[in-house]
Amino acid sequence: MGTGQTGSGVPPDVHDVPPDVHDVLLDVRDLTVALPEGAERPNAVENVSLQIRKNEILCVVGESGSGKSMTAHAIMGLLPRPHVKVVGGQALYRGRDILAMREAEQRALRGGRLAMIFQEPMTALNPLMTVGDQIEESLKAHAVMDRAARRARVVELLAAVGLPDPQHLRRSYPFRLSGGQRQRVMIAMALALEPDILIADEPTTALDVTTQKQILNLVAKIQAEREMGVMFITHDFGVVAEIATTVAVMQHGRCVEVGPAERVLNRPRHPYTRELIAAVPHYIEHRDDFVRKGEALLKTEKVSKVFRLGGFFRKGRTLVAGEDISIEIHAGETLGIVGESGSGKSTLGRCIIGLLKADGGRILFQGRDLVTLSRRQFRPVRKDIQMIFQDPYASLNPRHKIGDIIAQGPVAFGEGKARALERARELLRLVGLPEAAADRYPHEFSGGQRQRISIARALALDPKLIIADEPVSALDVSVQRQVLDLLDDIRRRLGLAMLFITHDLRIAAQVCDTIAVMQKGRVVEMNTAREVFQNPQHPYTRTLLEAIPGKGWEIPEDLRTRRVVPGAESLGQEAGA
Amino acid sequence: MNRDFWRAFARNRGAVLGLAILGVVVFCAVFAGVLYPQSPWDMATVPFQPPLSQDALLGSDTLGRDIAAGIVYGARVSLLIGLTSTAVALLIGVTLGAVAGYHGGRVDDAIMRFTELFQTIPNFVLAVVLVAIFTPSIANIVVAIAIVSWPPLARLARGEFMALRSREFVQAAVTAGQGTGTIILRQILPNSLSPIIVSASLMVATAILLESSLSFLGLGDPNVMSWGYMIGAARTVIRQAWWMSFFPGVAILLTVLALNLVGEGLNDALNPRLARKGRA
Repeated sequence: MGTGQTGSGVPPDVHDVPPDVHDVLLDVRDLTVALPEGAERPNAVENVSLQIRKNEILCVVGESGSGKSMTAHAIMGLLPRPHVKVVGGQALYRGRDILAMREAEQRALRGGRLAMIFQEPMTALNPLMTVGDQIEESLKAHAVMDRAARRARVVELLAAVGLPDPQHLRRSYPFRLSGGQRQRVMIAMALALEPDILIADEPTTALDVTTQKQILNLVAKIQAEREMGVMFITHDFGVVAEIATTVAVMQHGRCVEVGPAERVLNRPRHPYTRELIAAVPHYIEHRDDFVRKGEALLKTEKVSKVFRLGGFFRKGRTLVAGEDISIEIHAGETLGIVGESGSGKSTLGRCIIGLLKADGGRILFQGRDLVTLSRRQFRPVRKDIQMIFQDPYASLNPRHKIGDIIAQGPVAFGEGKARALERARELLRLVGLPEAAADRYPHEFSGGQRQRISIARALALDPKLIIADEPVSALDVSVQRQVLDLLDDIRRRLGLAMLFITHDLRIAAQVCDTIAVMQKGRVVEMNTAREVFQNPQHPYTRTLLEAIPGKGWEIPEDLRTRRVVPGAESLGQEAGA
Repeated sequence: MNRDFWRAFARNRGAVLGLAILGVVVFCAVFAGVLYPQSPWDMATVPFQPPLSQDALLGSDTLGRDIAAGIVYGARVSLLIGLTSTAVALLIGVTLGAVAGYHGGRVDDAIMRFTELFQTIPNFVLAVVLVAIFTPSIANIVVAIAIVSWPPLARLARGEFMALRSREFVQAAVTAGQGTGTIILRQILPNSLSPIIVSASLMVATAILLESSLSFLGLGDPNVMSWGYMIGAARTVIRQAWWMSFFPGVAILLTVLALNLVGEGLNDALNPRLARKGRA
């Protein structure tokens, strides 16, 4: 962390926080957290110095594995001991080092002065306790209050986080609440004892975009009302732009840039920050409008799908996943299906590819209705429609070699094994991986590389239509960008049609010609990407656009056109060699 | 994979000990003919010889047969029956479980009710009845043991298949046009083997115990010397000649213990999350 090596080409880590020490609530100095031997690097967090001030939201940004969560967990004493432990540095809360305190003192501070909310609100709440009891527990542990006062306080807290009917809701169990409501309960719990500092570890990552918006607003409102210091961990620069007053960027366990939000977002200095910001999907560069010609490649008419839950003797429950879905896609077109979880977008994709059978309507592929086909009749169609799955860790069989995985389709359709393997190698080159990858197993590859392998597998049968089901939602933003670029490039070169399923409008804006917005099993709006963004017709589309985090922030001019992100993953170099 | 597997296995000391004991048992079974060229049924010495007497290391039984010879030949029967009946049980259990788990719905319901039918009947009683109806022979005993022990394997395989069939790599295989048979055998089965191997190793031990119990009741194959038969025959004189039932009993105990230890070691080695945690 030198500051004097400006001339050497490698810029120093950039820290430009005003030296105002009066309002500092938490001062983390040179925090170092060691990983157990044999881990990929010796320290999860190395010499990180951060300050959380009163009345400020500090956003800690970084990709997975950057050590941002570890930093928060170290402060809260939540490290998985004895494997991972703090080996250096201090965390001063009002002048006293939390890390050096005895367990009892730490406990008094946790929950009392320092509170934390987590990413997954379902697992963070005890499923067997009512939410009211859970909030009461922390009051019981820390504050002297009688039963009635506690009750009143719980109701007050639930109301403060915007939950409806707090008197009644207090007696509900977590499973009855939606993800957003659970996160509100978590926040209410954290606020129970009026903490000075709130640490939020990716609290909106598991939520839908409209819910995310609400929670972000709530956090910002509560922070302002109570003049708390908030440490907000996220991987999303949109979220940062939405709420941060100060930003800290972390990479490989080091804090590479700290500064006021406005400065870091608009004039990032450190090359890594610049890379990250350049990779953020943004919808300023629309491609040319796609001109539809001739017959549609795929056309769905009033497709519906109902799930029946239940067994032999039980009366089943039904769950409507899709009703009246009508879309159209032409050769060479990329159609984005956008919607929140449960909107039926994945169900539609699975109905088209034949993993699920639609209950009604027609799916016309090259004029042939797929819904009426039997399993046997469907088989020849499989060649023409292929899928790229969401989870790169679950979509490749861990016991098969990459070559075999890619060749499995052609082999199933009767091609010779040797020929198919040779083709698999060609495809690996096409997706930017070395041919030697064919002889290795999936666990040797990173998430982005695995997604490239999935793309190669989908291409192996020379399909006409590719269904991409959230292909980049499990990837870090810089890798996301590379995979999206690859998909776009291949699609253009091979003239493929693509059905791109995503929950993220920003990503849809980047890769899609046409966008269909889905809500509760219906397509509420379908139009060119440009029209959807500039002139949304349906109120739900407007709500979605409104909820995009950080929409008021424009990516700095000089970073907009950079398409390739060098060094973000070793793969870039491998492919170039 | 192999190197890691052995390292994880060796970290469990008990498993290594179990493997060593098992090695001795296998050695006895294989070289029984060399160690004791005479048939174990032949009279070798005077009846009621105590252990460490001149011509019988572990003593002799009521008819003057050598106990040591009986144990060595009994190892053959025990291992043979343990392994083959487990293999048959695996075949039935994994096949039914795989079909039930993969197809789900009605097929699953039907197969699982059928499995439960077997699970509700006490194992040992069913085995006794089966062997009593058919004549007691090695083949019939193997079949009887297999029939009573496949249901847990079927349930296990079903669970594994259900969890794996919704995984994306299986769906990818469906969209690649692979047939159901190929998907079950090539995609899912290799990924579900670890827990199945572990419980199969424990099942060998149960099978050996079952066989001994059957022989003890006089339902063993009358033509082969087995540990259970030896204990059963000696039980009437247990107060005068403890060694006649003691040594075969120790043989059963050690073999079953060894198999359980090995099974546990396999569990640690094949389940990487547990293996990393370590036990000591």
